[in-house]
Amino acid sequence: MLDHRISTLPADVGVGYKPQHFPDIMRDAAPVKWLEVHAENYVGDGGRPLAQLRHLAERFPISVHGVGLSIGGEGPLDDEHLGRLRHLVDWLKPASFSEHLAWSTHDTHFLNDLLPLPYDQPTLDRVCAHIDQVQTALGRRMLLENPSTYLAFADSTMSETDFLREIVARTDCGLLLDVNNVYVSCTNQQTDPVAYLADFPLQAVGEIHLGGHDTDHDEYGAPLLIDSHAAEVVDPVWRLYEHVLELAGPKPTLIEWDTDVPAWNVLASEARRATYIMNGVRAA
Amino acid sequence: MSGQSAFTTAVLHADRPVPVGLIDPKGRPAGKRFDVYRNNVVISLRKALETGFPVLRKLVGDDFFAAMAELYVRNPPPTSPLLMHYGRDIPAFLEHFPYAAHLPYLPDVARLELALRHSYHAADIAPIAPENLALDEATLARATLTLAPAMALLRSRYPVASLWHANTDQPNLKVPDRGENVLITRPEYDPVVQILPAGGGVFVEALQQGHSIQHAAERASAAIANFDLAGVLGMLIAGHAITGVTIG
Amino acid sequence: MSKHAKMLTVAGAVAAAVTAYAHNPAPAQAQAMEKCFGVSLAGANDCAAGPGTTCAGTSTVDYQGNAWTLVPAGTCESMELEGGRHGSLTALDRDLPA
Repeated sequence: MLDHRISTLPADVGVGYKPQHFPDIMRDAAPVKWLEVHAENYVGDGGRPLAQLRHLAERFPISVHGVGLSIGGEGPLDDEHLGRLRHLVDWLKPASFSEHLAWSTHDTHFLNDLLPLPYDQPTLDRVCAHIDQVQTALGRRMLLENPSTYLAFADSTMSETDFLREIVARTDCGLLLDVNNVYVSCTNQQTDPVAYLADFPLQAVGEIHLGGHDTDHDEYGAPLLIDSHAAEVVDPVWRLYEHVLELAGPKPTLIEWDTDVPAWNVLASEARRATYIMNGVRAA
Repeated sequence: MSGQSAFTTAVLHADRPVPVGLIDPKGRPAGKRFDVYRNNVVISLRKALETGFPVLRKLVGDDFFAAMAELYVRNPPPTSPLLMHYGRDIPAFLEHFPYAAHLPYLPDVARLELALRHSYHAADIAPIAPENLALDEATLARATLTLAPAMALLRSRYPVASLWHANTDQPNLKVPDRGENVLITRPEYDPVVQILPAGGGVFVEALQQGHSIQHAAERASAAIANFDLAGVLGMLIAGHAITGVTIG
Repeated sequence: MSKHAKMLTVAGAVAAAVTAYAHNPAPAQAQAMEKCFGVSLAGANDCAAGPGTTCAGTSTVDYQGNAWTLVPAGTCESMELEGGRHGSLTALDRDLPA
């Protein structure tokens, strides 16, 4: 039977957990109310990763974020991997499980990147079937994250927001709204992020991501932002975040920093800034 | 060819054209925008290998490692989304990599680094109390040991443990020009690299094959005159490597 | 050496190893365990963990290096060998050590 809540994460701020921060978190957890881990790093047989996760789960709500299921893949889902995820979710009982609107495996090739999808009917049918399969296997609703995109498909027949709304309607999954991805994709696609958010099915959002990006240009000089998770959240993304909270109310919010991971105090300061914005919206 | 087949081929081979139908906001064919995905795939996998094989990388240098990694990651890409064990085929790849043929110890260095990762992520099985090994002669001839999944033995014609130590925690170590039997144990959560004394490779391998303590010791003594059984058993006990004893 | 004498040697060696390690300290208490699984021996950089995952992209550009134009140039060329030599180990065709 499905657990019908999309997430039991608190409407508070968490960070992406990095093992090098374990001692810091034990000492100075105040800025952080929950933690997110990548599923694929916690499906080994034992050792320090699982010992740390068990310990952290006694103190914090945990969000499990998958990065390798390839929900948008043309082929069938990897049953073995789905089994690993089920095992993790069964023992950890995380507050949330999320994955990406993207593909990363083709045939047996795992490409280790979140690759883009055309927004058309066959893709919609396939993604919905895969989400149904995941939710059945895990016995819970999942959250699907909007991607960072660098190009578009000439064959797309619907907008990303229409595509996501249709997925929610058909599968009853929730959404993970990555506000940095909105900013990156809208800049890269030369569209308006505020209009994107106005069209986004915010009622389905169970979690928000915030992260940093790198700045580049394409061969014509147009801005090309890259979702690197290697820097502070930029001011325009903070403003969009505040806008989202004004529209949708406080939501569980994660600071993601995956590359060139900074010292704990830098990450904690990003978490405090998100908390400050959320508290401001809550008070208003 | 399906959309994702064409995408996969083009993303792995920078000399192939970008698939048609991938466009920029003005409807022009994606060029550099597609290269973002090419970079993400190859660089992320290359970085995974750099993280997984730090000693191999130090031995051959950053440029050579990068060039080697970029060949390896494309031919073929990983088959599993679990990067913690990525690079299992690196030893076999290195054995046939002509540009490193004059460094014949590299495959075993890679095997050692893979074994360390395997040990790190291996299941937690409590060791037996050493007292359980205090058996009489007749029983020792029938007693076999269950070894921890976090324990590994690497028998090498090259001084792989010394190479590993010289490039990690003992930078001033002088590397001997001889083979080494390497024992990896994980007393708590950190794998430990040790060189077994003479005969230790034969002894531990015999234990792994399911031979009795007595028989394994006899094999080692047949190979080496003064096999230090107490020393090797002590390393296994201290390394929490013995998780069961079965009296057959 | 008779078979009996050999067996005594094995039993004696096992007993010596057991005695040496039988009085290991008891498993660590909870706080010590936290310290143990929290911090790796190597410090903050936990090499043995191996690669982790990412859901981020990179602005680094693929190197596209040509392996055939490169020669290994790391510590394999400079390491100190026993006997005061420097440089590569010889490519010996030898048996496995016992």
